[in-house]
Amino acid sequence: MISIKPLLAVLVSLLVVPILVSSRTPNVREAWTFAAASAKFLIVVSMVPAVLRGEQLVYTVAQVIPGAPIAFRVDPLGMLFALVASSLWIVTTAYSIGYMRGLGEHGQTRYFCFFAIALSSTIGVAFSANLLTLYLFYEILSLATYPLVTHHQDAEARVSGRKYLVYILGTSIGLVLPAMLICYHLSGTLAFSDQGFLAGTGPPQLMTILLFMFVFGFAKAAILPFHGWLPAAMVAPTPVSALLHAVAVVKVGVFSIVRVLTGVFGIELLSWLNLGTIVCVIASCTILIASLIALSQDNLKRLLAFSTIGQLSYIILGVGLLSPKGITGGVLHIAMHAFGKITLFFCAGAIFVATGKRNISEMVGIGRRMPVTMTAFFIGALSITGLPPAGGFLSKWYLGLGTLQADQITMLVVLLVSSLLNAAYFMPIVYRAFFCPAEMAMFENRVQEAPAFCVVPLVLTALISIILLFYPEPFFSLARLVAQGVTGG
Amino acid sequence: MSSQYPGLLIIVPLLSALLISVAGWVNKRLCFPIAVVGLSVALYASIGLLLRVLAADPALDGGVVLYRLGGWDPPWGIAYYVDRLNALVLVVVSVSALLNLIATKNDVRESFSTKIGAFYTLYILLVTGLLGITVTGDAFNLYVLLEITALTGYGLIAMGGEYRAPLASLNYVYMGTIGACFYLLGVGYLYMITGSLNMADIASILPGLYDSKVVLAAFVICMVGVWLKMGFFPLHAWLPNAYTYAPSAVSSLIAPLMTKVMIYVMIRLMLTVFTPEFTFSVLALQTSVVWLAVIAIVMGSILALGAPDVKKMLTYIIVAEVGYMVGGAWLGNRAGMTGSILHIANDALMTLCVFLAVGNVVYRVKGYGFDDLRGIFVKMPFTMIGFVAGAFSIIGVPPTCGFFSKWYLISGGIEAGHYGFVAALVFSSLINAVLFFKLIEVGYYGSEDAHHHHGTTPVSMAEAPVSMVVPLLIVAGGLIAVGLYTGDIVARIIDPVIAQTIMD
Amino acid sequence: MSEIISSVVAHYNYWIYIALMMIGLYAVIGKKNLIKKIIGVNIFQTAIILFYVSIGAKKGATIPIIHHGPGGGHHETTASVIEASQYMNPLPHVLMLTAIVVAVATLGVALALAIKVYNQYGTLEEDEILSRIRVR
Repeated sequence: MISIKPLLAVLVSLLVVPILVSSRTPNVREAWTFAAASAKFLIVVSMVPAVLRGEQLVYTVAQVIPGAPIAFRVDPLGMLFALVASSLWIVTTAYSIGYMRGLGEHGQTRYFCFFAIALSSTIGVAFSANLLTLYLFYEILSLATYPLVTHHQDAEARVSGRKYLVYILGTSIGLVLPAMLICYHLSGTLAFSDQGFLAGTGPPQLMTILLFMFVFGFAKAAILPFHGWLPAAMVAPTPVSALLHAVAVVKVGVFSIVRVLTGVFGIELLSWLNLGTIVCVIASCTILIASLIALSQDNLKRLLAFSTIGQLSYIILGVGLLSPKGITGGVLHIAMHAFGKITLFFCAGAIFVATGKRNISEMVGIGRRMPVTMTAFFIGALSITGLPPAGGFLSKWYLGLGTLQADQITMLVVLLVSSLLNAAYFMPIVYRAFFCPAEMAMFENRVQEAPAFCVVPLVLTALISIILLFYPEPFFSLARLVAQGVTGG
Repeated sequence: MSSQYPGLLIIVPLLSALLISVAGWVNKRLCFPIAVVGLSVALYASIGLLLRVLAADPALDGGVVLYRLGGWDPPWGIAYYVDRLNALVLVVVSVSALLNLIATKNDVRESFSTKIGAFYTLYILLVTGLLGITVTGDAFNLYVLLEITALTGYGLIAMGGEYRAPLASLNYVYMGTIGACFYLLGVGYLYMITGSLNMADIASILPGLYDSKVVLAAFVICMVGVWLKMGFFPLHAWLPNAYTYAPSAVSSLIAPLMTKVMIYVMIRLMLTVFTPEFTFSVLALQTSVVWLAVIAIVMGSILALGAPDVKKMLTYIIVAEVGYMVGGAWLGNRAGMTGSILHIANDALMTLCVFLAVGNVVYRVKGYGFDDLRGIFVKMPFTMIGFVAGAFSIIGVPPTCGFFSKWYLISGGIEAGHYGFVAALVFSSLINAVLFFKLIEVGYYGSEDAHHHHGTTPVSMAEAPVSMVVPLLIVAGGLIAVGLYTGDIVARIIDPVIAQTIMD
Repeated sequence: MSEIISSVVAHYNYWIYIALMMIGLYAVIGKKNLIKKIIGVNIFQTAIILFYVSIGAKKGATIPIIHHGPGGGHHETTASVIEASQYMNPLPHVLMLTAIVVAVATLGVALALAIKVYNQYGTLEEDEILSRIRVR
C-alpha cells in the first residue's frame, strides 16, 4: 500500500529545525520540539494497525540508482523500532528541558536542532526499504550526533568526538559501503525482503566476508572490538547518552545488523552456511567481556555504557540463533532494553543534576536523599538483568527459549552467566544506596530530588518497564510478526 | 532562434568580453551587468540546447545538434556538435560560471577596484573558452580554445595581490603550454593519417587504421597533453600552487571548471574520436592507466593530509578527484564511464561549493590558514552550512551528489574486478572525512573553547554579504537536488551517450 | 644498419622536430632561470609548428596557388586537370598561422608574468625566489 506517512514521520522533525533556529524564546522553541515529537509519535502510531494487519506501507522518494531507490517501507521490525524511538523522544524532550536548564548549558538551540535531525534519521533507518536508504540515514545520524556528543566543546569532548567519528564513519565508509556495493553487484538490487536477496548469488566464502563486513561495519552496534566509541561518547550531556546511546544510535546499529541478517542474507542462507553460529559466537564474546568490564567501572555512565554494549549483543545473539523464539526475544529486547536503559540513564542524569556526583563510590546512601530516582533505578536494573516484574524478563525468557529451540545450550549458559554478571554490577549500587549503615551515608537524610522535568520522565519510563511485562503490546505482536515473516513460519 | 543556440553560446560572451573591456574605460559600473547578461545568455542557450538534445530521438539522428560556423559544411568548415554529453557539461559550466560571477561581485569590487574591466574581460573570455572547448567538433579549434582558456587563466591567477601568485602562474604557463602543445602534436598525427580535423570525420576514417603506429602515437600524445592540462598525477605539479594563490574569485571559477572540462575532452577523445573499440580493445593500456589513477587518488589524498592551509588542501583533493574520473573512464565498463561523466557535473558543483565558501571566509577573515577558521561556525554560520554540504558531498555522504558518482565509480571498479581502484576510492573517502572533520573541528571548537574557560569576549556573528551567501546556498542545495535526481540524469543523459558509442 | 640510416634520413623532418622538442623540454625542466624556461617553451612550440609545416610539404610540389589554365576558365573547370600531388597541402600551414599567434600571445603573457615575478622577488632565478619565499 502506498502511503506518504513514512515520509512524513521522517520529515516532521526535520521541518521543525528552521522554526527551532528562529524561535525567540526557549519556551517557544521547546513547545515546538514537543509538538514535533508528538506529531511524529502520532504519525507512527497511526500506522500500527495497518502493520499489525500484515500490510506494508511503501513510499518511494526518488529513483536514484536502478534497483536501489530512496524508498520507505514500514514492516513489523521497523514499526517496533520506530515506536520505541518516537515515544522515547517525547519523554527525553521533557527530560532534556529539565536537565539543560537545570545545569544552564550553552548552545541549547543547537542541541535541540541536532536532536531533531538525529530523530529524523533514526526513523528513516527504521522505515528504510532498502540498504541504500538505510545507509543514507545511518550516515546522517552519525553526522548529526557529532555536535551532540561534543556538546561541551572542551578538550575531552574533542578527543571523544574524534574517537566517535573514527569508529563510526571509518567503519561505515570502509566496510559497509564496499559491502553494500558488492551486494548490489551480485544481485542487482538492494531492497530488503523477508527471505533476503543474496541467496545463490555468490560463493560461501564471499558471503562470510560480507557478513563480517556488515556486522563489524555497523559499528554503532558496538560489537567488540568496535565498541571503543561508546564509553568515550559518554562525555555527552546525559539526555544525549540516554536517548542516543541507549535508544537511537546504538539501536540503529543493532537494527541495521538485524535488518541485514534477515533482509539481505535471509535466515535460510545463514543457516545453510552456518553463519548464524558465527554471529552468536561474536555476540556472546561481546556480552561476556562487556559485562566483565562493567563490573570494574566506577563512573556510573561508563558502567551503563558497558552494560549497553553487552545488552546490544543480546539482540544480535537472538537473531543469530535463527530460531523463531530467539528472533522474537531478540527483537523484543530492542524495546525492553530501550525502556530499561533509558530509565537508568535518566537516573544517572538526575543524580548529577541534584548532587553533581558521577561516580558510584560517591553515591553511598543516596537512596535516602533521592528515593524516587533510586527506586526507578532499581526497576531499570531489574529490567536489564532480566528479572520480573520488569519487562526485560519477557525478552530474556524468549531468548532462553530460543537457545533451546536452536539447540544451542552454550548460548543459554552465556545468557545465564551474563544475567548473573548484570546483577553483580547493578545490585550493589542499589543496595548501598538504600541499605548502607547510617554512619557511612554520604548524604543528609532529607529528600531532595532533581527538578520535576527530570523526575517525571524517569518515573514514567520505569512504570512503562513494569507495564511491558504484563501488557507487552504492540511490541510483542510486532516481534512475533517479525519472527514469522523471516522464518516463514 | 533556437537553431542558433550553439553560435550564441560563444558569440554573445565573446562580444560581451569586448564590450566589458571598452566599458572598463568608460564606466566601471557597467562591467558587471554586461558580464551577467553575457553569461545569462550563454546559460539560456546551453539549457535550450540540453532540452533540445533531450527531446531529440537518439535513434534518428544520434540526438546531435549540428551547427555550421559560417555555413561551411563539415568536414571543411568548423562544426559545433552538441550531444547529451556536452550539453550536460555546457549547463554545468555556464551555471557555475554565472553563480560564481554573482557570488564574487563584492569581493571583485574590493580586490580589483582599478582593474575591474580587465578582470571581467578575462573572466568572460575564460568562460567563453571553456564553453567553446565543450561545444566544438573540430580538433584544431579545440586547441585554439584551449589556449584562449589557458591564457586568460594565467592572467587571472596572477592578478591578485598574493605574494606567490606570479611564480605559480608562470609555472602554470610552462606546463599548460607544453600540455596544449602535446595535444596539438597529437592532432597533427591524426591529421597526417586521416587528412581531417573534424572529430566525427576522423572517427569515421579511423576504424580501418587501428593497426597504424601513427594512430597509436596520436592517441598517446593527445592523452598525455590532456592529462597535463587536467593535472593528472604525476603531471599535477603546477596545479596546487596556481589554484591556491589565485584570488578567491578566480579559484572558485578555475578549480571547479578547468579540470572538469579537460576530463570532458579526454572522454570525448576516448568515446567519439578514437571510439571505445580502439581505446579499450586495440590498446592494452587500460589496466595501467587505472593503476595510474589509483596512484593519483592515493597520492592526492596523502598530499592533502600534509597541506599547510585550506585552499592547498582543497587543490590536492582536486588532484585526487581527477584520479577518480580518469580511473572511472578507463575502467572500460558502463558503470565506470557513467560514474566518470556524472562526476564531471557533481565534482564541478561540489568544488564550486567549497571554494565559494572559502571565498566568503577569506572575504571576512582575510586568510585561509587553518587557524583563520577558529570559531567560524559562530562567525559565519550560513557560509559554513554551505561548506559542510560541499564537504559531505566530497566525502560521499548520501544524499549529496558526490555519493552517487562515487557509487557508480566503485561499482565500475567491482565490475571490472579492479579492486585496487575500489580500495583507493574507499581510502580517499576516509581521508576526505579526516580532512574535512579536521576543519570542522577547528571551526567548531576554536574560540568557543576560549570563550568558555578564559572568559574572553565571545565571537560575534560576521556573516558575508547576502549576495555572497545566497549563491553558495543555492549550490549547496543543488548538491542535494542533483543527488536526488541522479536516476534521471543517468537514465536520460548519460545512458544514451554511452549507448551510442559502446559498450559492455 | 644502412636501412636504419636511410629511414632516419628519409624522415629527417621528424628527427629535427623531436630534437627541437627535447631541447625545449630540457630548458623548461632543467633550467633555473625563468626567462630561459620561457625560451624553452617557445622552442617547444616552434618544434611543433615546424612539424606541421613539414607534413604539409611535398617533394617537387609547388605553392598551392592555381594558375588559370590555358582555357582561362574558372576553378571548377580546371579542377579536373590539376594534379593534387603537384601542390603542397596548404591547410597545415594555415593552421600554423593560428598556432604562431597563440605562441606569440603565450610569450607575451609569460614575459608579463616574468616582469611581475621580477618586481615581486627582485630576481629571475628560481632557486633564489624559492629561498626568498621560504624565508618569508
